[in-house]
Amino acid sequence: MKTLHMIIDGKEIQAEEGATLLQVARKEGISIPTLCEHHELSPYGACRLCSVEIVKGGRTKVVASCVYPAEEGLVVNTATPRIQKIRVIILELLLASSPKGEVEKLAAEYGADSGKFAKELTFCILCGLCVRYCQEVKGEGALGFIGRGVERQVVYYPHLAKESCLKCDQKCVSLCPTCILPNIFGLAIPAFDKTYPTVYPVRLLDENNLFNLSNTIK
Amino acid sequence: MVRKIKAPKDLSKLKETLLAKRNVVKSRVVVCGGTGCLAYGSKKVFELFKEEIDRHNLFAEVELKNSGCHGFCENGVVVLLFPQEICYLRVRVEDVAEIVSSTLIKKEIITRLLFQDLNSGERIAKEAEIPFYKHQSQLVFGSNRFIDPKEINDYIAIGGYEALAKVLEEMTPQEVIEEVKKANVRGRGGGGFPAGIKWETTRQAPGEIKYAVVNCDEGDPGAYMDRSIMEGNPHRVLEGLIINAYAIGASEGFIYIRQEYPLATENTLHAISQAQEYGLLGKNILGSSFHFSVTVHRGAGAFVSGESSALMAAIEGRVGQPRPKYTRTAVSGIWGRPSNLNNVETLANIPLVINRGADWYSSIGTENSKGTKIFSLVGNVNNTGLVEVPMGTTIREIVYDIGGGIPGGKEFKAVQIGGPSGGCIPQQFLDMPIDFDEFSKVGAMMGSGGMIVMDEETCMVDVARYFLDFLAEESCGKCVPCREGIKQLLAILQRISRGEGNEGDLSVLEELADVISDASLCALGQTAANPVLTAIKYFREEYLAHILEKRCPTKVCQGLITYFIDPEKCRGCGACLKNCPSEAIDGDRRQIHVILQDKCIKCGICADVCPEKFHAVRKLSGEPVPAVPLNREICRGEN
Repeated sequence: MKTLHMIIDGKEIQAEEGATLLQVARKEGISIPTLCEHHELSPYGACRLCSVEIVKGGRTKVVASCVYPAEEGLVVNTATPRIQKIRVIILELLLASSPKGEVEKLAAEYGADSGKFAKELTFCILCGLCVRYCQEVKGEGALGFIGRGVERQVVYYPHLAKESCLKCDQKCVSLCPTCILPNIFGLAIPAFDKTYPTVYPVRLLDENNLFNLSNTIK
Repeated sequence: MVRKIKAPKDLSKLKETLLAKRNVVKSRVVVCGGTGCLAYGSKKVFELFKEEIDRHNLFAEVELKNSGCHGFCENGVVVLLFPQEICYLRVRVEDVAEIVSSTLIKKEIITRLLFQDLNSGERIAKEAEIPFYKHQSQLVFGSNRFIDPKEINDYIAIGGYEALAKVLEEMTPQEVIEEVKKANVRGRGGGGFPAGIKWETTRQAPGEIKYAVVNCDEGDPGAYMDRSIMEGNPHRVLEGLIINAYAIGASEGFIYIRQEYPLATENTLHAISQAQEYGLLGKNILGSSFHFSVTVHRGAGAFVSGESSALMAAIEGRVGQPRPKYTRTAVSGIWGRPSNLNNVETLANIPLVINRGADWYSSIGTENSKGTKIFSLVGNVNNTGLVEVPMGTTIREIVYDIGGGIPGGKEFKAVQIGGPSGGCIPQQFLDMPIDFDEFSKVGAMMGSGGMIVMDEETCMVDVARYFLDFLAEESCGKCVPCREGIKQLLAILQRISRGEGNEGDLSVLEELADVISDASLCALGQTAANPVLTAIKYFREEYLAHILEKRCPTKVCQGLITYFIDPEKCRGCGACLKNCPSEAIDGDRRQIHVILQDKCIKCGICADVCPEKFHAVRKLSGEPVPAVPLNREICRGEN
């Protein structure tokens, strides 16, 4: 494998061809926040928290480090003011819908303001970790996306979930960065035996509902 | 049974035969069958012409043609009569018999069907002299009026497929690419990327199998240029595509047509099967060793599928959702193979480049934008329709010379160019030339060619809100900045238009817009903030009026206006009272009427029904509603 020479945050480093910028940075001990990335799954590029700046041909550009491949001579900066601002705003946007779990933790770390944007709680950031785990690792299709734009959401397909979830390790539950999946999952599984709709939305509409659910499960 | 054309020289022979036949006919009637005219009943008009011409036994000397769109859609049904080149507008079924008996037989012109100049009142008979057409340069679009889109012979008769013959006979693929590069054809789909460079990248990309793809997923609000080319002249796009396939080394291709374009799909499928019969598609095209076949893929109704990687995902049978494009689709596209995607209009330019040469082509336009561009000119403008102008034409020329200015003598305010990815260009840039780079400089973009003219009564908060509303639904929803960012931009604008804006809103809008542009996954998100950014940049005062004074200067935003009946003008006729749907008007005969503000739903019906001679209902914004006079009685005889 070819060795590439790059500069990350001012430090000259070597990287293997085929690695992503995120992998290269982490190997160098540089921490880059992510919400939709997982080592068992293919890169997705949706949360954009891992955005970094690259300098190429004299021009600066923002790219998602989880999908951008290492290149010979590339200059990468992972924590410029522009990048910090992107991360803070993304976290502020996410706080408006899902102020729990990983989002809450990162928001505190980056000093994101939870009151900046209008709230509409769904507790799902559509990172797709559960969907992709189900499809890529398990080869099943019990979870999926429906809808487009602001209507996009994660759903169970109960007729498929009934077969596949019960025999599965259900690791999708622990992957969920906002803790919505563990709560809804416990409720949804028993319901699969009864009459069920063709899709079962994962996201919830209000916080109270979420906590009620988690109490029921315990 | 059609004989396959086996060599380029057979194509020229066929053309000569077709032209010889055509010259026998003395006159020709062309009925526009474009989508606009179809909506005005052009199908019936056409059928009636057939009956009338038949009744007068004129078919030996009159040829009747159904054509694609000519562009002057507002005035449909458009009927052209050759050789006099008379253009009749707004033709209805009841006019047909008269056109045949008067114009075709007696050679008399029917004045009322001619174009009338709004200012001088002058009637113009000749199509080319109508200002709407006179200032255009219809190099790509112009041939629509000479051909029936379902008839390949019509296209061949005007020199169709000659560029393909030339390419196969005289040029190597590399020479074709060089010619397109030299002509500097830039992508008409929005980005303006040089087509020749894209072709070269695809050609040089490793891989045996490559694809040539047409993007006909035009979806910007108000835009329908590609639709009208695809519907009106599908063979021209097909010819451009085959040339492209030859140049990049593809033997398979796709035409992606959006779900909402059934006529374009029908005409394209028909064109493909005709081209196959003629040996212009399939194995050994025109007797050469080049093979190429093409499949039509119909979209499923998602705007974002016009983005190249989403479009290719859709062709593969997956959800039309963009992927990160750090490897270009020209290198890794459909099923990971090099795929060249060009917009309909871009490919329709290619036969022109080949036939007339790169030197001629690049003599048209500005330094870095060559050839012509088709715009769909809509909104507050007298002549709406499709217009094709050389690059370098100014916005003023399009709006005033071609478009005939703003209706009702109102002031020009801005022109929205480039759809949801573009921006609003204000009055001070009216003399800006049409040019990819000039548009980008002011924060807009060429886009696919939507051009929405706005007059002084347009609210720029409302316009930005409209485009964000569109994008909130049309974003694929995959990445956070685009999905959540657009949602919050929209929420802030909605608040501002309700009168709940606060001082910090503009800086939050700008900050958020920057992040959406920087961090979104695909071009939809990266350009989504353009409409709001340009609106704030050029109309900041108007935004501040909404936020600080709670006033909508154009009195458009419902949350910021109140309706008020002027007691000096009200004659107590009761029209508003009778028509108010929410019983929000109090009054009696001979009494000044009053709007009960707490019941008013601001539908505006009272203003619409108040007799013009009274004109008593007014919209107020940012000012207190004047008190009701104590004495509401209207004295008799005061009328």
